[in-house]
Amino acid sequence: MRITQGTFSYLPDLTDEEITAQLQYAVDRGWAVAVEFTDDPHPRNVLWEMWGLPMFGIADAAAGLHEVTACRLAYPEHYIRVSAYDASLGRQTTAVSFIVHRPASEPGFRLDRQEAADRQVRYSLHAYAAGRPSGERYAVDGTGPGG
Amino acid sequence: MSGPAPPARGFAMPRPGEPGPSAANGTTETGQADPEPVALLAPDATVELGEEQQAQRLSRMLDEFDREFIGLAPVKARVREIAALLLVDRLRQRYGMTSSRPSLHMCFTGSPGTGKTTVATHLGALLRELGYLRKGQLVSVTRDDLVGQYVGHTAPKTKEVLKRAMGGVLLIDEAYYLYRPENERDYGQEAIEILLQFMEANREDLVVILAGYADRMDVFFRSNPGMASRIAHHIDFPDFTLDELMQIAELMLDREQYQLSAAAQAAFREYVALRMAQPRFANARSIRNAIDRMRLRQARRLVAAGGRIGRPDLTTISEADVRASRVFAAAPDEAGQPQAR
Repeated sequence: MRITQGTFSYLPDLTDEEITAQLQYAVDRGWAVAVEFTDDPHPRNVLWEMWGLPMFGIADAAAGLHEVTACRLAYPEHYIRVSAYDASLGRQTTAVSFIVHRPASEPGFRLDRQEAADRQVRYSLHAYAAGRPSGERYAVDGTGPGG
Repeated sequence: MSGPAPPARGFAMPRPGEPGPSAANGTTETGQADPEPVALLAPDATVELGEEQQAQRLSRMLDEFDREFIGLAPVKARVREIAALLLVDRLRQRYGMTSSRPSLHMCFTGSPGTGKTTVATHLGALLRELGYLRKGQLVSVTRDDLVGQYVGHTAPKTKEVLKRAMGGVLLIDEAYYLYRPENERDYGQEAIEILLQFMEANREDLVVILAGYADRMDVFFRSNPGMASRIAHHIDFPDFTLDELMQIAELMLDREQYQLSAAAQAAFREYVALRMAQPRFANARSIRNAIDRMRLRQARRLVAAGGRIGRPDLTTISEADVRASRVFAAAPDEAGQPQAR
């Protein structure tokens, strides 16, 4: 199941040129570009690991793509996203955030129903990948993640 | 949040029936990166070089470059060569010929004040105009900005600087300080290695310029042969002659809207000749400092004199303002010179 988080996630995966163009848009507006990665696909997992520091004061998107490429090499079986922070007064928020890399296979989620008092049902999402310890969730060996 | 609402910046969703306000944001700006499809020229077609729009803009920029920089003949010649090569490469592409991107990493050697940094700034703009660099900004650094203070500090620091310089020019001033042979645990070597690797792998993203004194640069290159071989252009900035320095002074004064009286001009010429013979003469930088000091003396003279003054008084630097310099006092053999201080 394809994870859809952040901008552009309903589109086909962005090519490097498209990523560069998006990054250039952010850089031209003075937003700080950051690269983040995770292997916990839960939608409420918003704080991903940072790949280096956010890039302040870069002028050209090639620097951002350089870091994305480096992160892809280091974590080929992780989700990688790029976010840009707008620090201008009155905005001060993440202005754009989109996934630039995803594991080869995404097994998706199991829906857990928990019976509570008074016939209430509580729902929770359980990522199949989360059954394995962090770092080996999307194994490259082809055996696939555990349940 | 209170206060006036900030202007909308790409927040608004396009409404049906209305052209979206941010329709341009994503598509056209991304579109500008695409090179427009240019029909290949037939092998027997000819192109008028002077009519190329780019060539015209370029020659304007080069003329400006020539006007703004006095002397520096070897620098100008090399810049013209590079510009011509890039232009020819573009034309070759129009005929469907391949042309690899030339490596433009450079080494500027010369005495202080010969315009190394200034030329580097203009070079960035020029290379941007030629389409070689995307941004053309100048990032000027020294050893401090590249080399860390403890183990593991250097690599991120150097990479940070390199990333800031991507799309533009990285000027490393006094680059030989990066290499300290007397201390084998110095982190400078690490910075050099990262620099080398980045220069090679990201050749199309940035131009690295090393600047410094010629003799010390030689020592630096001898101990880092990898660096020497990766730098294609070694440009030597010659010292300025007396006449060139006078032209530079004229240009600087003109820009600040000052002028020398005829007598002051002669006196300043004497001043420059004397100053050139003195130690720690820093070419154009010394001239700029001398002009600043003359302005101070002129201002003091005007304020001390009081009374009514007009525009000519404010713009003219008199002989006395020049002669008051210490440089004349240090040369007592000049008979008949008033020695103010």
